[in-house]
Formats: sequence, C-alpha cells, structure tokens
Amino acid sequence: MVEHRPWFNVLAHAILIMGVMLVAFPLWITFVASTLTYDQIITVPMPLVPGDQLIENYAQVLTAGSNKGSSAPVSTMLLNSFIMATGVAVGKIAISILSAFAIIYFRFPLRNFFFWMIFVTLMLPIEVRIIPTFKVASDLNLLDSYAGLILPIIASATATFLFRQFFLTIPDELAEAARIDGAGPMRFFWDVVLPLSKTNMAALFVILFILGWNEYLWPLLITSREEMYTVVIGIKRMIAGGDATTEWNLVMATAMLALLPPAMVVILMQKWFVKGLVETEK
Amino acid sequence: MADIDLRNVKKSYTKGVPVIHGVTTTIADGEFIVIVGPSGCGKSTLLRMIAGLETITEGEIAIGGRVVNNVEPKDRNIAMVFQNYALYPHMTVYENMSYGLRIRRMPPAEINERVQRAAKILELGPFLQRRPRELSGGQRQRVAMGRAIVREPAAFLFDEPLSNLDAKLRVQMRLEIQKLHRQLRTTSIFVTHDQVEAMTLADRMIVMNLGIAEQIGRPIEVYEDPNSLFVAGFIGSPAMNFLPAKRFGDEVQLAGTQLRVPLPPQLRASAPEAIMVGVRPEHLVAESGGTTFQFRVETVEALGADSLVHGAFGEGTVVARVDGHMTPEIGTELTFSAMPGKLYFFDTATGKRLRA
Repeated sequence: MVEHRPWFNVLAHAILIMGVMLVAFPLWITFVASTLTYDQIITVPMPLVPGDQLIENYAQVLTAGSNKGSSAPVSTMLLNSFIMATGVAVGKIAISILSAFAIIYFRFPLRNFFFWMIFVTLMLPIEVRIIPTFKVASDLNLLDSYAGLILPIIASATATFLFRQFFLTIPDELAEAARIDGAGPMRFFWDVVLPLSKTNMAALFVILFILGWNEYLWPLLITSREEMYTVVIGIKRMIAGGDATTEWNLVMATAMLALLPPAMVVILMQKWFVKGLVETEK
Repeated sequence: MADIDLRNVKKSYTKGVPVIHGVTTTIADGEFIVIVGPSGCGKSTLLRMIAGLETITEGEIAIGGRVVNNVEPKDRNIAMVFQNYALYPHMTVYENMSYGLRIRRMPPAEINERVQRAAKILELGPFLQRRPRELSGGQRQRVAMGRAIVREPAAFLFDEPLSNLDAKLRVQMRLEIQKLHRQLRTTSIFVTHDQVEAMTLADRMIVMNLGIAEQIGRPIEVYEDPNSLFVAGFIGSPAMNFLPAKRFGDEVQLAGTQLRVPLPPQLRASAPEAIMVGVRPEHLVAESGGTTFQFRVETVEALGADSLVHGAFGEGTVVARVDGHMTPEIGTELTFSAMPGKLYFFDTATGKRLRA
C-alpha cells in the first residue's frame, strides 16, 4: 500500500481477522467436538474449549469405527480413499497428458474431431452417465474393488484440455530441434515435454487428488462392503438414521482425519507451485 | 562435410498455393551460402526443406550426393540453428549440447571431448552447468551453435540466427560466425532478411523474392551487376534510386525532367519503351560532367562518416551519399553526376535488367 495511516491498518486487519474467524470457526468446532465425550457434546451450549477425549476418540474411530453406526475402522477407509484418490489423480494425468500430446504433436485423420469429442464431454458431469457406467462396472465385476472405484472416472477432459493449452505454448522449434537431434516422438515426450510439464502436473495432481478424495456419489454406488468404503462414505454411514443416536464426537474425529490427507497434499505440493511460478522455464 | 544439390526444388501447400517456384543450384563443399530476401519470400521454407522439416513437392535435394527427399531430418546429417535458439529450457548447457550425441549413443568420453572442444571454440566453458534462462541472448546463441558444432554435421543450417540480438551483438556474432566458418570449413546455409549480413557472410548468396531465386552469385557480383529491379533495390543500403524514363531513339528521357540519358550502344537494339533507370546513392558524385542530376536538398541524414542527401528530382526523390564533412545545407541546389558505367537500365514491364 502506498498510504501509511495507522487506523487504516487496524481496520484492514480487523476485517481480515473477521474473515479468517468466519472460515476457521466451523473447523474449530469440529476439532473441539472430536475431543469431547458424547455427553459433553449434547449439552447446550456446547463447550468451545477442547476436552480430554482426544486420544480415546481418535483411537476408537481408527481401529473400530463408531459404536452405533458403521463399525468399520476409519484407518481402512483412509487407506481406501488414499488409494482411490491417488489412482484417479495419477491415472487422469497419465491418460490426459498422452492424449494431449497426441492431439498437439501428431497429424492423424479426425484429429480435431477427437479433440472436440473430448472437449464436449467436459460438459457432461458424472451424474449424467452414472447409471450406464454403473451397469458397465457391474457387468465387468468391478463392484467393491479398487479398479471399480478408479477406472470409470479415470478419464479427464479438463486435464486433457489444460495439457493441450500448455503444449500449445511450447515453441514448435523445440520439437523440430529434437527431431534434428534424432529424438523420436516418445523420446521427445519423455526428455522434453514431460520435464517441462512438471509444474503443471503437480498443480493438476493437487486438484485431481482432492476431487478424487471428495468423490461421494460414485463410491456410494460401487461399494457395498464396509472394508471398501472410502472415508467420505464412512462419515455418512456413521450418522445413524432413525431413532438411534449419532455419536457426533466420533463423526467429528473422522471428519478431522478425512481432512488431513488433502491438506497435506496441498501443503507439500505448495513448494512445487511456488517453484513453478518463480521459474519461467520456457 | 558435403555439397548440397538443389534440383528444381518446388513447394506448394495442400491448397495448391506455390511458395517456392523452382530453385536450382549446387552448393560446394565448405561453401557459405546466404539466402536473403524480404519476409514471406520463401527463404525459411527453402531452408526447412533442406533440413527435412518441410516436405518437397517437386524436384530433388541431395546432400553429399544422396537424394534426401524422403529421409528423416535426423538422418540427413545436418544441424540447425533456430531464430529463437530452441534450447531445451530444463537442460543445462552441457546437456543441451550433448543431447543429440546421447541419442545417437555415442560413448560418454567422446561426447565429453566434443562438448569441451566446442565450448572452448565458443568460449562457453564457464557456463556449461547453467540453464539457458541464466544466459544472455548472445550466450544462448552460442549454445545453439555449440549444439550444432558437436554433431560435426555435413552442413549447418542457420535460420535467421541473429535477428533476436541487439544491433551491437549482431555485428559481433556475425564476425564470430565468420571466424567459426573459417575454422571449421563446414558447408553452411544461412537465411536472413538483412542484406548486410548477406553481403558480409556469404561466399555466394541467393536473393529470393516471392518464391523465386532472382539471382545467385557472389555478393559483389550481385551488388555490381543486379539481374532485376528487385535485386538492385534489395541489395545495397540505402537502396538504389529508380527513375522512371521513356525511350526516345537512342536516349531515354527521365520522367518529369528534361534530362536525357544516352542508352548504351549494346542495349539499343532490344530496349523497350518504358525503362527504369537506376543509380546507387554512392555512385552519385558532386561534380558535373557526364549525366548530371540537379536537385534541391530536402533532407540530410548525417551518419558521421558520410551523409545521405535527399532531394526532389523528376517525379520522385533521389538520395546521394556524400562525404561526412561536406554536409550541404538544406535548400541548396546541388549538381551530381553519375560515375561512368554506373547507370542501370531495367525493363519497367518485366522488372528485368536490360542486357545485350
């Protein structure tokens, strides 16, 4: 800022702090709730300082799930979620970077047609094709398997489109120089395109990992056995329906655990983002 | 090391638009050829056809006696230097220079030896572990040349390699390329739109216009004996003065003046009605005698060593190059005469030089 007025600084900070509190307060409630006993939670008002049940609650959900809702251990669910999210993110990047490479660097019949086909599917959300996709997955015996969780959502038009846009910015001369140097197409892909796409891949990985982690509808359909639940489904199943009481302290502990891996991915990959933004390697 | 043969090379794109109308020439082993012309004349396309980056529609290109029309660029034994250098941004200078050799599975010891030797020639030793973005424009340019040198190819192809550099660096790199060529004696083809680069670097130059090789020859030949209006106007700076004229018997009368110039005897038989008379600014001397041009000074561009004097003459303007310390005042009437034999006569209709 050009201006130096103390009251302005105070005001600016006050607004920022209010904003942060607004965003952070529900998280705090979740955390506090995950450290209380069931009886403490249902008192009105709920305490706003952490209780002493932290270790007990987390140990319980990680090993045995909830008592009254689903009793699958959350550790298994976290593992399932992690495998699914990683599989989806890595698979999407691998498939879309290769498709984009083909579309940009090869001349083949109907090239533009295929690009537009991919582009058009951008407009179709998973919900539109979920019933036929489920039918196919079920016919292929993919229900309750990691392949079933990952494969049907592994193609990404968005990622293909982003890689295509990035490849368009790589100068043609680079491909020509590689051709003269004697690199074949795949060698060029491996030695030049892939290293140049590192930061884009990192950015996409974060986005796709979180998307995969938070995927709700598809795992809900494809899994029926508790040991295949992802953590997002797990939270839902812990909330007992009907007259049964829901152990909110355990649900909140699970929610906190479900929050950690995506947050970790963002924090770890942040370094890459910054590096990618500072280094303009082109 | 090899000679390059172009035999009636033609190129047209799929829509049938011809861009190269048939170029034929033989480039001798070790020769430095410059292809020069304005943008869009097809000079880069011709180079890229030799490199194998563009297909050849008609005719043949042979490198070292082997027709390469259907040979992949990597198997043509050529190396190319691009206008924007096209260095691999994520590789160090060393990796950039050795990439082509590594792909060809050359033993690492030999790769190292070649890279070190090229780095020494180009004074790149201290930069071998740097990335291209940490280098200046001139250094990147040298890396691009280093990448070509280590391959020890039959020919170097340069595609406007100096046009991304500033004026001072361009002159310096021009001299370095010249030195390099003297040292390595590798057949080189150099594309540029800058006639100064063409004049200084070329053993022979190909002047191209609209996909046609208008003239092929040694720079001084092209300068002194241009084949066409285009070549005469393109080579030489400032450009040749062109004065429209009409034939009257054995003389031509310059349009808008009473001045008549005798037509050289050997041209009298074939000269047409409409003639363009050309004279270079440096061939106008400030004295009378012979064909004299009188005009009033309108603008003077003082370049230091010499000055360019612009004045209205006939229906257009004429530029004369005079000594720097003889700079005339604006408005003065000056009389120039053309040096003997330095008037050029062109057919206005065809643009061709009138020859006996």
